[in-house]
Amino acid sequence: MSVPELVVESSIRNLEQTPRPLPNLNRAPLEIRALKSGFLTGLTWIGAIIASVPLFSVIYILVIAGGSRLSWETLTALPPSAFEMGGGFGNAIVGTVVMVGIATLISVPLGILAAVYLAILDPDSKLAHTVRFLAKVLTGFPSILAGVFIYAVMVVTMKTYSALAGGVALAVLMLPTVVLAAEQAMAMVPKKMKDAAYGMGCTRTQVIWKVVLPTGSPGILTGVMLAVAGAAGNSAPLLFTALFSNYYLTSLTEPTASLAILIFNFSGMPYDNQIELAWAASLVLVLIVLVFNILARIIGRQKY
Amino acid sequence: MNASPEMMAAGTAPAKAPARNNIVMDCQLEKVFYGDFLAVRASHVPIEKNKITGFIGPSGCGKSTVLRSLNRMNDLIPIFRFEGKVSYHGQDIYDKKVDPVVVRRYIGMVFQQPNPFAMSIYDNVAFGLRLNGFKGNLDERVEKALQGAACWNEVKDKLKNSGLSLSGGQQQRLCIARAIATEPDVLLMDEPCSALDPIATRRVEELMVELKEKYTIALVTHNMQQAIRVADTTAFFGVDISQGSRTGYLVEMGPTKKIFEEPEQQLTRQYVRGEFS
Repeated sequence: MSVPELVVESSIRNLEQTPRPLPNLNRAPLEIRALKSGFLTGLTWIGAIIASVPLFSVIYILVIAGGSRLSWETLTALPPSAFEMGGGFGNAIVGTVVMVGIATLISVPLGILAAVYLAILDPDSKLAHTVRFLAKVLTGFPSILAGVFIYAVMVVTMKTYSALAGGVALAVLMLPTVVLAAEQAMAMVPKKMKDAAYGMGCTRTQVIWKVVLPTGSPGILTGVMLAVAGAAGNSAPLLFTALFSNYYLTSLTEPTASLAILIFNFSGMPYDNQIELAWAASLVLVLIVLVFNILARIIGRQKY
Repeated sequence: MNASPEMMAAGTAPAKAPARNNIVMDCQLEKVFYGDFLAVRASHVPIEKNKITGFIGPSGCGKSTVLRSLNRMNDLIPIFRFEGKVSYHGQDIYDKKVDPVVVRRYIGMVFQQPNPFAMSIYDNVAFGLRLNGFKGNLDERVEKALQGAACWNEVKDKLKNSGLSLSGGQQQRLCIARAIATEPDVLLMDEPCSALDPIATRRVEELMVELKEKYTIALVTHNMQQAIRVADTTAFFGVDISQGSRTGYLVEMGPTKKIFEEPEQQLTRQYVRGEFS
């Protein structure tokens, strides 16, 4: 190996001849670029405020219109018939919770397994690229098509609308969200942490189980909660799969009530009692989603 | 920098012609490829028991590759291929029957970047013990490992805190504690101080000298002063660019004092004098 010689060019000369004026470091608030910056900052403020208006107005109306009917009776009683007063939607709450539960039981284990494959086992394989692409397409999938699909696959073959079919339809919609969020969360686990685990003598399974999944769990849980919230409020996939029922759930293979369908049905009726109940059910739905979100945040908080 | 007397002694300890039975790992590397690229060629690197063997050399000379071949970490790179043998207690760790996962449990590793897990300090140290199904007194072993890595006093009151909440130097010592908790035979250290400040570096160097009482250490370093301060034996690797690509190889290996003061090879002399890097 040769040793390069260091050549120093003397390009620095006659520096003292031209004294430079002192720089002005004061603020100039009326300069064009300062004004531009202020204007654009203001614009982003306005944008941020406008973006939050719909959310707050929806919550406001829900609390005003639905809050007054919220009582133990509305939370537990069965839906009223046409001219009946009072009543509630206890069966719809149970139905929604059961069906979202079924959907979660199906989509979360499946989604996390798929994400492990995508993020760790073979991220660059043809299969992984295809699955990732399809999952992205599926996130924008019209939810009513999931309902029609499960109608054809399950309702027609089982010859009945059911909570099971409703749960599967919701699972179809939750799956891509879970897969993509879990993949993202696991891919973010630093390589040096995985190297450390391999260096300790972990098998690949142990690396995934003991390091990647625990480290990525807050991100995975966030994705799961997003999917749950989306599924709980979705009515279209349940129209053809779970239908509705005026009674409490007794088996998973019978038509089942849900909050989303109850809101859909009651809000279009010409009776004040039903319309009030639709508002109250909307509020309950939002509260359920909110509670789950808060719970997930507490459980999934980054501990270390 | 002034080395402590203890470290001076370590750096200049005569280690002429090691006895055959003192060699824990004998790396007889023929060729290492990444795909078609020949990364390292014929290098014989014996690692002596209870000594620190320093690997020095310019960038791309293959010193990290050789180190990572010693516990089969390179197997994680799909295009890596090793030809030759590394005998460890008489067994070739590249034998087809050998499970690389098991090899790594006996030959621990400390990495360039401190890499504690996102868990508590305690769980970090207990990780390897739990992995191996350790049944004894976990608390005791964790404390012993942290003491061994000279960080017990700093962390004993916050064992439940995140390992990631420590400073860089503390994190690196935590990683050393994690590596020695399972009492491995050999400790491979891949530039363990390159992400640390001078004070943290000094602490880790002192620690290495203490650790060699119980463990055998192979150390890759970019810092020649570090090799002088801590290594008993030094292996100098060079890069051969004559074939149009860059292939690393062992130029010379011997007692640290000899390598730095009266090396046999011209190239070694130029490198240790800082004439190229």
